[in-house]
Amino acid sequence: MKLADLNAKLETEPIRKGFGRGLLAAAKANPNVVAACADLTGSTAMDLFATQFPERFIEIGVAEQNLVTVGAGLAAIGKIPFVSSYAVFSPGRNWEQIRTTICLNDRPVKIVGSHAGVSVGPDGATHQMLEDIALMRVLPNMVVIAPGDSIEAEKATLAMAADKRPNYLRLAREATPIITTKETPFEIGRAYIFARGADISLITSGTMTYHALVAAESLYKDGIEAEVIHVPTIKPLDRETILRSVRKTGAVVTAEEAQIAGGLGGAIAELLAENHPLPMLRIGMQDRFGESGQPNELLEHFGLDAKHIRLAAHQVLDRKGS
Amino acid sequence: MQKLPIERLEIIANDIRQDIIRMLETAGSGHSAGPLGLADIFTALYFDILKHDPKKPDWPERDILILSNGHCVPVRYATMAQAGYFDRKELLTLRQFGSRLQGHPERLRLPGMETTSGPLGSGLSQACGMALGLRIDKQMHRWVYVVMSDGEQDEGNVWEAAMLASKYKLNNIIAITDRNNIQIDGPTESVMPLEDLRAKWEAFGWHVLEIDGNDIEAVIDACAMGRAIVEKPVMIIAHTVPGKGVDFMEYDFHWHGSPPNHEQAIKALHELRTLGGKIRSEHQ
Repeated sequence: MKLADLNAKLETEPIRKGFGRGLLAAAKANPNVVAACADLTGSTAMDLFATQFPERFIEIGVAEQNLVTVGAGLAAIGKIPFVSSYAVFSPGRNWEQIRTTICLNDRPVKIVGSHAGVSVGPDGATHQMLEDIALMRVLPNMVVIAPGDSIEAEKATLAMAADKRPNYLRLAREATPIITTKETPFEIGRAYIFARGADISLITSGTMTYHALVAAESLYKDGIEAEVIHVPTIKPLDRETILRSVRKTGAVVTAEEAQIAGGLGGAIAELLAENHPLPMLRIGMQDRFGESGQPNELLEHFGLDAKHIRLAAHQVLDRKGS
Repeated sequence: MQKLPIERLEIIANDIRQDIIRMLETAGSGHSAGPLGLADIFTALYFDILKHDPKKPDWPERDILILSNGHCVPVRYATMAQAGYFDRKELLTLRQFGSRLQGHPERLRLPGMETTSGPLGSGLSQACGMALGLRIDKQMHRWVYVVMSDGEQDEGNVWEAAMLASKYKLNNIIAITDRNNIQIDGPTESVMPLEDLRAKWEAFGWHVLEIDGNDIEAVIDACAMGRAIVEKPVMIIAHTVPGKGVDFMEYDFHWHGSPPNHEQAIKALHELRTLGGKIRSEHQ
């Protein structure tokens, strides 16, 4: 797996910037790509597209129910609509419209939710979307993608433009370390082993994959070889890659910047409970809301960093050994 | 498609009403008042206004008809069967397991059904998306018609769409409000007043026409006029009688969500066949 050199100082960039570039590239390649936004064009990095393709850009205003249903209508005419807002508003506010007019209606609308997770920071709990993965994962036909950095977000956006299903793309606000390279593979529905190890599987998505890689380094110094599996597509889950790893390691920690209920951790727990039960802990928001603060202090406070992944790994390994 | 005289369309609408009664009686559940009130509008749409081909439901040149208030779908099923989309015998499978005629319409199950609907307030938004897509594709000869209820205009989503259509001057949309003044809990004006409905739509930037929605000729004329309005989207407020054609159902909100039982169905069919007693000798 071709990754960035973790021992060098990593470049950082907001994941949403990769979406902006991906959308522009997808639009240049396919005239059917259109986009709509609910008054957050710059924040969701849709401005690159809107500037270059004003005739294919629709400003919806602060109306997220309309945002996704207009998307369903555009898709009915054969367009490939990307519709963006903050994740807390879309898919937070418009879930039923997504269910009926996009999923049950099977229209390939690309829902882009930016500013997900507590790392939104100072805006506080109202704007820190933590339930979006759970909300989207329970919908039949929906694909759920949480890329780990801006380069992967760019690839994911291009893949979404070619995908015939409804998709949800989860983006974060803050600059995130760039861990992948242009050569790192990305396919919808695939999980990737970012670090090999035989003792424990660290299964992560989105912004937490970087933290898991850092945790794996410190675990190595503790004498533990952790396997880091990056799961950018939370639905459909790459069951084979995950099950192959856990059959080898026999212990799991999941990590995500979302509620532990219904998200990646929930998905992995469901998979393992039915196929290969084993000691497991879930890193994520523990059924509570966030608050204002700087991103890093919030991540530490809520236990969403490498230190807490490492601690959880030791706890799970104690259970595995006992 | 050859245009039929109004007298012929009125007979078709009556046949559609009889099919609605049979369907609902057989199903044992479903909505009576709205579908009966909409029979004239749907007859006008499918037999005169819409450019469509029952043998090619996906014909790329067709006009698009969205039924936003999905609970009124029995009238659409019955009209589509009359128009030749499928055999009328299938109508009696309404709401049964395995049927293409779901209790609320599903696009993927029935060719010619343009959207899946039921949860209210999202039809006009989808029409906006379609109208925008058609404009981008320079397909302005295709029209997007939306039938919506009055009660569903309690939904905020409707007014989000109203603003967008006005902003983008989506003159390829013709919306028809079934203004029958009832919803589940009672008269619209006591559940959540909508008036002055015309002034509301005009204030949102729409061109508003008001007609008798049980007058087929008026529906056809209003849509023709609507297509000639180029500067704004068009809302036709069609005043209809809920339960139209069946005396004991007319104007009564209790029939919003109920089907007739066997005796009521016999009575209703008799009334429709005799046009409310105007024809004395009914052929049984």
